[in-house]
Amino acid sequence: MTVDVRRTANGLQLDLTGEWGLHELEAARRQLAGIDLKGVRELAVNTQGLGALDLSGAWALRQFLQGARTAGVEVSFQGGEPDQLRLIDDTLKAGAGSPPPGGPPAGEAGLLHDIGRFAVRAAHDWVESLAFLGRTFLTLFASLRSLRRLRPVSVARHVYDTGITAVPIAALIAFLVTVIVAYLSAHELRGLGVDIYVVDLVTIGVLRELGVLLTAIITAGRSASSYAAELGSMQLNDEVDALTASGVDPFEVLIVPRVLGFMIALPLLTIIADLVGLAGGALLCRVLLDMPLTQYVSRVDESIAPTTFWVGILKAPVFALLIALAGCYRGMQVRGSARELGHKVTVAVVQAIFLVILADALFAVLFLKLDI
Amino acid sequence: MARYPVIEVSGLVNRFGSQVVHDGLDMEVWRDEVFGIVGGSGSGKSVLLRSILGLQPPAAGTVRIEGQDITRLSEVQLRPIKASYGVAFQSGALYSGLTVLQNVQLPMIEYLDLEESLLDELALLKIRLVGLDADAAGKLPAELSGGMVKRAAIARALALDPTLLFLDEPTSGLDPVSATAFDELVLFLQKQLKLTIVMITHDLDSIFRTCNRVGVIVDRRMESDTVERIVDHPNRWIQEYFHGERARGARIAAGVGDGAGHGA
Repeated sequence: MTVDVRRTANGLQLDLTGEWGLHELEAARRQLAGIDLKGVRELAVNTQGLGALDLSGAWALRQFLQGARTAGVEVSFQGGEPDQLRLIDDTLKAGAGSPPPGGPPAGEAGLLHDIGRFAVRAAHDWVESLAFLGRTFLTLFASLRSLRRLRPVSVARHVYDTGITAVPIAALIAFLVTVIVAYLSAHELRGLGVDIYVVDLVTIGVLRELGVLLTAIITAGRSASSYAAELGSMQLNDEVDALTASGVDPFEVLIVPRVLGFMIALPLLTIIADLVGLAGGALLCRVLLDMPLTQYVSRVDESIAPTTFWVGILKAPVFALLIALAGCYRGMQVRGSARELGHKVTVAVVQAIFLVILADALFAVLFLKLDI
Repeated sequence: MARYPVIEVSGLVNRFGSQVVHDGLDMEVWRDEVFGIVGGSGSGKSVLLRSILGLQPPAAGTVRIEGQDITRLSEVQLRPIKASYGVAFQSGALYSGLTVLQNVQLPMIEYLDLEESLLDELALLKIRLVGLDADAAGKLPAELSGGMVKRAAIARALALDPTLLFLDEPTSGLDPVSATAFDELVLFLQKQLKLTIVMITHDLDSIFRTCNRVGVIVDRRMESDTVERIVDHPNRWIQEYFHGERARGARIAAGVGDGAGHGA
């Protein structure tokens, strides 16, 4: 692609040759920009040697010629004006009158404005999530009246997906955390000569807090994300609208089974995590402290109060409810784009974990006040 | 310039498990023509398109685009070929997180190093060219109507000024008025930009109005001929397709098969 510039009596002659395409666009613009139009009154453009001219090349040429025309230069063509130039003119003329897009509307700047907007959105979000919670419970109570509307098959599927398939990872985490607690405490307590308390530490720690909390956090990552992604892509695909349009309540078929399924799965997972944790404690005590199994068992029996196990297991369905609701709520909020889906899944997981830890803190205060 | 096929598919075999979709399919598309691909549901039109686009490696056979066998090229070697054609998918396949303008700009940004203002201008030109107004450029795909999505998809397909354009069911899901306008757009673009267009379609009106030649996939192979001649092909399915109840009106409207001929 080249432009040959020749001086004529009244001005310049441009000989355009070669391919004028998108890939030569930058070079073409550079060459055209280098042409000095000072004192030129007539500009003759020779297009006879032009190999090919695509729309982008024509755009570059058009911009140059427009600049020349506004500078008062007479433009003429040898070999005819290229069709592409006329096409661009026609296209722009057809849509004349509409304003050029200024990109997405720029929000008003200012910190105060941002804080205000954030507060309004957060308040709105709270109201909406409470409405979501309320509707989920209303639907749940309504569907409790008949087994068919409770959708046992769907509930079972979610128990399987979120519970059974999570057993290996929940057990592994419980085991590893017990190992850490037992190992560190054995090291410290042996120095004080009270290494028998390692058992107390492991037992109470696992049963009251670690078993349920870690299982909840692991499954929050697993299940909140899968709920949000599944419901979100159903939203993108108009499947939720299709359900509603056919007279089926999406809360009844999509959300209640998920919430219910997870509320069944998480306590069961917690029991498994507790068992694995205690077994891990036994193993560690055997290896590190040479404690026979019978002594470990009797010490476990002594160390726990009748409520210890129930304090832990009671929290599981509450955590499950929070996780499932966070996942479903964010999933149902997805609108429009794949990016939105990714964003909502992230928010779902972060909120699920946050809510679990917040609830655990509230439980800790509550149980302390109740003295259990 | 000697005429040679822009696309040459020969002996194409595609199978999924034991199901054979194509068995020795041949197809040629010539420069500056609008080639329609027709076939019953499940006859493998989309698989054929995917094979030509290099998305579906065939079990056997060759696919040549501009003389190069794309089944034998690496991803890196394919890049310039992929830049030379544009594809408008059936559902639009616009990137849902980007505005229409950004959708059109994305291929340009990937392949070229242009100033931002020039990018905006060129992308807007393409958007205007397919009949969308400047307001639509700032919208997200979810905010567009079905017809606008199809137009935006073509604008994106035209982003790199291709000479070859693939359209997958461009008029499906459009009302007859929009479909007619769309056919006119295809003809307009073909003529103005001197494009070669390959179009999968079910719309008989669209075939008679826009296509020069038609390839019908029957019995896992392709029968192709000009529109005027293919309607008289002896194959039973083709006869039923072009002479069935639904076809009569379209043929009369286009004046094919009763001597009036058809211009393209």
